[in-house]
Amino acid sequence: MAASEADPIILAEKVTKSFGSFRALAGVDLVVRRGQKIVVCGPSGSGKSTLIRCINRLEEHDGGRIVVGGIELTAAVKDIDAVRSEVGMVFQQFNLFPHLTVIENLMLAPRLVRKMSKPEARELAMHYLERVHIPEQAAKYPIQLSGGQQQRVAIARSLCMKPKIMLFDEPTSALDPEMIKEVLDVMGELAAEGMTMIVVTHEMGFARRVADLVVFMDKGEIVEMAPPSVFFANPTNERTKVFLSQILTH
Amino acid sequence: MSFDVALILQSLPQILEGVGLTVQLHLISLAAGTLLAVGLALLRISPNPALSWPALVYIYVFRGTPMLVQVAIVYYGLAQFEMVRNSPLWPTLREPFWCAIIAFTLNVTAYTAEILRGGIQGVDRGLLEAGKSLGLSAWHRFTRITIPIAMRLSIPAYGNEMISLLKGTALASMITMYDVTGVARTIVSRTFAPYEIFISAALVYLALTWVIQQGVKFAERYFNRHLRK
Repeated sequence: MAASEADPIILAEKVTKSFGSFRALAGVDLVVRRGQKIVVCGPSGSGKSTLIRCINRLEEHDGGRIVVGGIELTAAVKDIDAVRSEVGMVFQQFNLFPHLTVIENLMLAPRLVRKMSKPEARELAMHYLERVHIPEQAAKYPIQLSGGQQQRVAIARSLCMKPKIMLFDEPTSALDPEMIKEVLDVMGELAAEGMTMIVVTHEMGFARRVADLVVFMDKGEIVEMAPPSVFFANPTNERTKVFLSQILTH
Repeated sequence: MSFDVALILQSLPQILEGVGLTVQLHLISLAAGTLLAVGLALLRISPNPALSWPALVYIYVFRGTPMLVQVAIVYYGLAQFEMVRNSPLWPTLREPFWCAIIAFTLNVTAYTAEILRGGIQGVDRGLLEAGKSLGLSAWHRFTRITIPIAMRLSIPAYGNEMISLLKGTALASMITMYDVTGVARTIVSRTFAPYEIFISAALVYLALTWVIQQGVKFAERYFNRHLRK
């Protein structure tokens, strides 16, 4: 990564993306600086997931520019795998590899991508399992864990690549209510340590506590972007007000 | 109807002499067909029609014709081509054993390719996205995520194919080979006791099928170990 401290770590300019006739992103501009925590919210179909999936190129944007760590994402990017290895992603459905144990899930990418030795990778994996508070589950298979535990393993798996940015795509939406807190706590700890994060979530309490900026998206556009104190107290856009009244009063 | 149980037992040792050939035909064409099927399955799922179409046509032809017909075409047909007769492979190709192997292999390839395709396409996309997001290369995603999961998904259908091929090897008896069925037919022509002799042969096939079933059960247990809570 050839970016200096002052450069944005993620730069999105006029990004557009359509699925058939559906316009998922209709010209999105976003700048993320090192250490920033950004929470993205909005109604379903507003383009929030598509936006972060374009940032590690799980989706290819149609128009505009996306620059990640100084490398512009285009079809010509030779080593997209190298860019992705610097961008961690946590999914709604956890997506742990079901045929591997917890520790094997964590060791896989460090071994194959970072070429670490087995003992090195194991040590790294145990370190991050401790960080997410489940070292005792190392030898289990994912199906033997609760949803909250699985999601914490997924976070640890991403952290093992020592990413410069972490993307979270509705990380608590598939969880039972009593497990949401343990995942949000881990994410909060990560934020406190200075990780750069973009989090798509409807957990407004988390946004209030952790976010530097809250972004509200609707119909493929960023409608409002403000620090949480301003965003929740004085939203300026009518659509934001409607969304907040729905989500905060239910 | 007279029915001679003793004859069933008496003929067993002789019929068992055909087991070696039946097993050879089975294992060789199964191994070769499965290897080829991996390649064919990959062509089949390619987004490039220049690759997927030939695979589709191949699968259609070999699934759409009886294996007996395929065996006959290879055995009687190859000799029609001067090119084949003059080739250095001719001493091999005129052996009924290799003709049977070729026909069985081509057949197994078609069926197993479809089985593997189903397995590969059954792998959850989210897992591959997780692999991408970790920076795993396409090769590593395929070998470390797709293959192990696709194999697990394919085992039941593949077990079926193994058993189906075992019974298919009986067709080798049509082209002069003394496999289990071939031996049985010779005994029948001598004893004129088709019931007893073919029941005896059936028992041998049942025993072989049991072995395959046990193997499949073991493999399933191994590949499903992570699903036990």
